[in-house]
Amino acid sequence: MASTAITPTRMVLNQLKGRLKTARRGHKLLKDKRDELMRQFMDVVKLNKQLRTRVEEGLTAAFGSLQVASAIMSPEMLEQALLYPRQSVELGMKFKNIMSVNVPVYSFETKNNDPSEIYPYGFAQTSGELDDALDKLAKVFEDMLELAQVEKTMQLLAEEIEKTRRRVNALEYVMIPELEGNIKYISMKLSENDNATKVRLLKVKEMVLQQAHNYER
Amino acid sequence: MLKIAVIGGRETVMGFKALGLETYPVLNASEASQILRKLTRESADHAIIYIEENLAVQLSGEINKFKDSPTPAIILIPGREGSMGLGLSALHAAVERAVGTNILGD
Repeated sequence: MASTAITPTRMVLNQLKGRLKTARRGHKLLKDKRDELMRQFMDVVKLNKQLRTRVEEGLTAAFGSLQVASAIMSPEMLEQALLYPRQSVELGMKFKNIMSVNVPVYSFETKNNDPSEIYPYGFAQTSGELDDALDKLAKVFEDMLELAQVEKTMQLLAEEIEKTRRRVNALEYVMIPELEGNIKYISMKLSENDNATKVRLLKVKEMVLQQAHNYER
Repeated sequence: MLKIAVIGGRETVMGFKALGLETYPVLNASEASQILRKLTRESADHAIIYIEENLAVQLSGEINKFKDSPTPAIILIPGREGSMGLGLSALHAAVERAVGTNILGD
């Protein structure tokens, strides 16, 4: 794919050789980066799959209990019982660097540390199923938080891998072959020029000799 | 301090309210998209937004916009009717994006 726009000079040849070297080194580095990202990504995917299944099972169970509770209690009562939360969650976020991808790491703090404090109502007028539902929900919530972190990490890694993969392929299949082609084109052109000069010199020498000595071969 | 929001049907978000999360009960997807837009544009202090699957189906365009930004994390959760498998399909999409093909074998 040697483009005709390049000038076949030694200077351009040297420049191209430098660029080829850089491209090769970049290709190798990016390839390593891609491989390492991929390794990390597969771990995250596995974890995500486990968490996802666990969260979905947990939530389904919690909603089941809630359904039973809402069947036993009147909707107004249920609404009233959950209207004012006694618990509040504060979320902290830091960033972790995985191969130059910034992924979030969450930490959460509940205001009330007493586990019995998750029930924002008196026990007299509510059914036991509601307690059960909230209990299950509180348990699954920790997994949900981890799921959020893992899923975001997975998405960010996927994006980075896609980008890196494109770069590696662009270098491997476009940049490097093009540079190599250009270098070959220039060196061939240069040696052709060399040959032309040599032949011309021989011819001139012959002519000069003939003029000076009437030299005949 | 950052907050966690839950968007979903009234019955779905009810339980999360007791846990101390911010809940936004909605009736339909357009309402949900309004709230999602409000949460993501006006304030940046929602780090995680959980959204019910059956609403998320209709909001996939807006949700995908946030896939590449570090915050917020938008996570699908199953609704009362049980899981629709959308969460796992998002996982498959990410794998396919990274690897180029589905290598999980399911």
